[in-house]
Amino acid sequence: MTAIEIETEIDAAETETAPKGPGPLQLVKIRIRFSKLGKIRFTSHRDVARIWERALRRVQLPVARSQGFSPRPKLHFGLALSTGHESLAEYLDVDLVEGTTVDLASLPDLLTPALPRGLTATVAGEVPPGTPSLQHAVTSSRWEIEVGGLDLPTLAARSEVLLAAPELVMTRQRKGKDVTEDVRAHLHHLQAVDRDGVPLLVTELGAQNRGLRPSELIALLGEDALAARVCRTHQFTEHDGVRTEPLEAPDPTPAPHAQVRAS
Amino acid sequence: MASVWPALEAILPRVAKPARYIGGEDGSQEPEHLPGQVAWLLAYPDTYEIGLPNQGLQILYEILNERDDAVAERTYAPWTDLDELLRAEGIPLFSVDTHRAAGDFDILAFNVSAELTYTNLLAMVDLAGCPVRSADRTPHDLIIGAGGHCTYNPEPIAAFLDFVVLGDGEEAVGEISAALQPWKQARDRGEPVTRAEVHEILAGITGVYVPSLYEAEHDPVTGILGETRPIHPAAVPEVEKRTIADLGAWPYPRNQLVPLTEVVHDRLNVEVFRGCTRGCRFCQAGMITRPVRERPADQVRTMVQDGLRRTGYDEVALTSLSTADFSGIESVVGSIVNGGNSGPDGEADGGMGCGPTDISVSLPSLRVDAFTVGIAAEIQKARRTGLTFAPEGGTWRMRQVINKLISEDDLYAAVESAYSQGWRRMKLYFLIGLPTETDEDTLGIAELARNVVAIGKKHHKNPSVTVSVGGFVPKPFTPFQWFGQNTREELHRKVNLLRDATRRDHGVQLKWHDPKATTVEGIMSRGDRRLAAVIEDVWRHGGTFQEWSEKFDLQLWLDALERNGLTVEELVYRHRTEDETLAWDHLSAGLHKDFLWQDWRDALDEVGLEDCRWTPCYDCGACTGYGIEHVVANATPPAGGSQGTGQSPSAVPVMLGAKPVGEPVGATP
Repeated sequence: MTAIEIETEIDAAETETAPKGPGPLQLVKIRIRFSKLGKIRFTSHRDVARIWERALRRVQLPVARSQGFSPRPKLHFGLALSTGHESLAEYLDVDLVEGTTVDLASLPDLLTPALPRGLTATVAGEVPPGTPSLQHAVTSSRWEIEVGGLDLPTLAARSEVLLAAPELVMTRQRKGKDVTEDVRAHLHHLQAVDRDGVPLLVTELGAQNRGLRPSELIALLGEDALAARVCRTHQFTEHDGVRTEPLEAPDPTPAPHAQVRAS
Repeated sequence: MASVWPALEAILPRVAKPARYIGGEDGSQEPEHLPGQVAWLLAYPDTYEIGLPNQGLQILYEILNERDDAVAERTYAPWTDLDELLRAEGIPLFSVDTHRAAGDFDILAFNVSAELTYTNLLAMVDLAGCPVRSADRTPHDLIIGAGGHCTYNPEPIAAFLDFVVLGDGEEAVGEISAALQPWKQARDRGEPVTRAEVHEILAGITGVYVPSLYEAEHDPVTGILGETRPIHPAAVPEVEKRTIADLGAWPYPRNQLVPLTEVVHDRLNVEVFRGCTRGCRFCQAGMITRPVRERPADQVRTMVQDGLRRTGYDEVALTSLSTADFSGIESVVGSIVNGGNSGPDGEADGGMGCGPTDISVSLPSLRVDAFTVGIAAEIQKARRTGLTFAPEGGTWRMRQVINKLISEDDLYAAVESAYSQGWRRMKLYFLIGLPTETDEDTLGIAELARNVVAIGKKHHKNPSVTVSVGGFVPKPFTPFQWFGQNTREELHRKVNLLRDATRRDHGVQLKWHDPKATTVEGIMSRGDRRLAAVIEDVWRHGGTFQEWSEKFDLQLWLDALERNGLTVEELVYRHRTEDETLAWDHLSAGLHKDFLWQDWRDALDEVGLEDCRWTPCYDCGACTGYGIEHVVANATPPAGGSQGTGQSPSAVPVMLGAKPVGEPVGATP
């Protein structure tokens, strides 16, 4: 529990001379990347938010709280992951109490033991002031989808058909109402691959403006396509035409916090 | 045997709230089942959200897993969507801890806290692959047990149970494990064993009731119970409840389960004492859990501090039947709200995520006076949303009958104090259908609510008062156990009286418990063994989750009663006589039946009774029978006085806390 050092008074001089390499830094907002794998995939987005609130209290990270009648810790989650889906690339932004000093490099190892099995903090980074929220910044997600009921050649053929289609009109729920619309623009990439004998779809789906969900993509593949297992592997943001992840995965790139600060 | 997880995993995407079935909570255990250990599957016969927080199951779960001769896991009633899929796929009931099939355990033990869950109990036994009736089971079937408040009259479900534990389970579960281990080992070695041996072994343990060793005799004409008598040498004429003398010796749960998904009472719960001597005559919990046994204040503080740190919760409930009566309450509350959560190494906690004002405390109290509102003010510095008071009766006369002696002045003074200190919403709990109740008493409820709104208007623009009324169900081992419950028509009429009376009062919101459900609770509350056929009939006709308003179906019960030649009139509405045998007369909660009868006569005479913690003993039987006395740290009654004297009538229940207590009826899964 010594990895986090908490100072409650702001020391301006120390801030200016704070080392740029790994080590304690005074930060206002941090971003945490985490994975959600195994049985815990059956918890909801809301459940995970509550789990994080408790975990942050357990490690005594000083999280800023909202003002008002019923103050809540200021946590900001990205795009909701559907209940039952796994992920290697979930994100959460945390507002810290002013003047908090955090060692980002050691933070994931501190957080993971405070999380239930299946949730693993992988990277932490600084969020500079003015950074757009995850909800607005993330433009697309990459998914790996095990599709039941179809063999690899069929899956490949149907994927080709979807990619070749000039428009993909489907009826889906939007704010509780049935809406019929063309979702082709949200289908960025789609490829059927063999992973150790299991046919798998690797796809990138748009996230903004309702986007396209894995379950909807499977519905477009035909009634005999059944979702077996869905895993989000990446979320992407676009900045000046450059596509990056909100935080790079730790492996194989070294010192992820340094990269985040550089961006 | 293999886990059912691979099969379960494939169907979970098709059910609502699958997180209920995955286990993995902080504090959960995945014990290795060693040969020769007695394996318990602890069950709550309602949804995970209702069952997980149950402290009784959590305590036994830890105690059993600490033993060398036992192992314990947990299960809850699968909601109807999953139940259907499990049956369609041939997957049995399973534990949430290691997802073992229920049939891999030796004992399936239920906490039974509500009568309307009885059909769920049958559904779970059946889903476990076990015959629902004890008489049909072989030595290789599960041993089905039960405990909890409803089992003080287990007769309606006696045919389904191999054993019942009366009272505190902490010691009994260990004795049961030790006693059954040799039998289980003999069975597993392939030696010839019988079910009857299990029943004999269990009957030898104090506090354990084995229904199959008793026979109930009914009048062939009227059907009324004549006698329940032992028919086996191992069966004692009267089974005594178990009582642990020292709560401080049992600091459980040590690792309260922290669920991954939302449940009722989703907070740290620390039990500060067991038992109650306020003597409210309708209250079964207050009667059957005597004597009062307090946990040492230092242990409470430690359990709160360790619990908050370990779980990450920001809310703690100090639980008991009336926590404001706890001897050390002021210092305990003070230490929690004033930074009792500082780290173990004495780190400064100023500005930290779990500083003093971030922890909210809730506690139930049977008192309303300056003391209680003072505690409320101290623990709810930030979130002063609502306070709940439970005067239970609408008039002073009614409250004398039920021995809840609060004057109107006391209630109004407490309400005034609460409004003036920032609370805006008041909730008032009442019972209707109490003994001797007149329409004046019923309408007194509306009058009280109206006056509370008027007081609120002095402090706020639009004060709101919620009035919740529940139909009274007479319970075993209370002075009202002889009383004929109001008919559902009568309860409906009283609800309508109140609706009419409060219609024009914009500040008053009236809520009521469905009188139809009250009637069915009444069937089982004081029912006898003839009800087994009725419960089985309702279950076979699909009547599960009867606690849930969207599933409750009165007609299923009425049809089942008719098919079995039983009537609500005889079972529920009829007054019992002094000489009549009650279905639970062969069981004992430690209370003398003549004490209860005298208290029933006093009730009809509108005579109150003081709290015996601070006054001479009335010889109810609870202390003397067990050689225990009320364990209280402070021999002086708390400020505000004792209840029931008529001289200092200042006690009224109050529920402090920002969040309402979860109620399954009306909720959705």
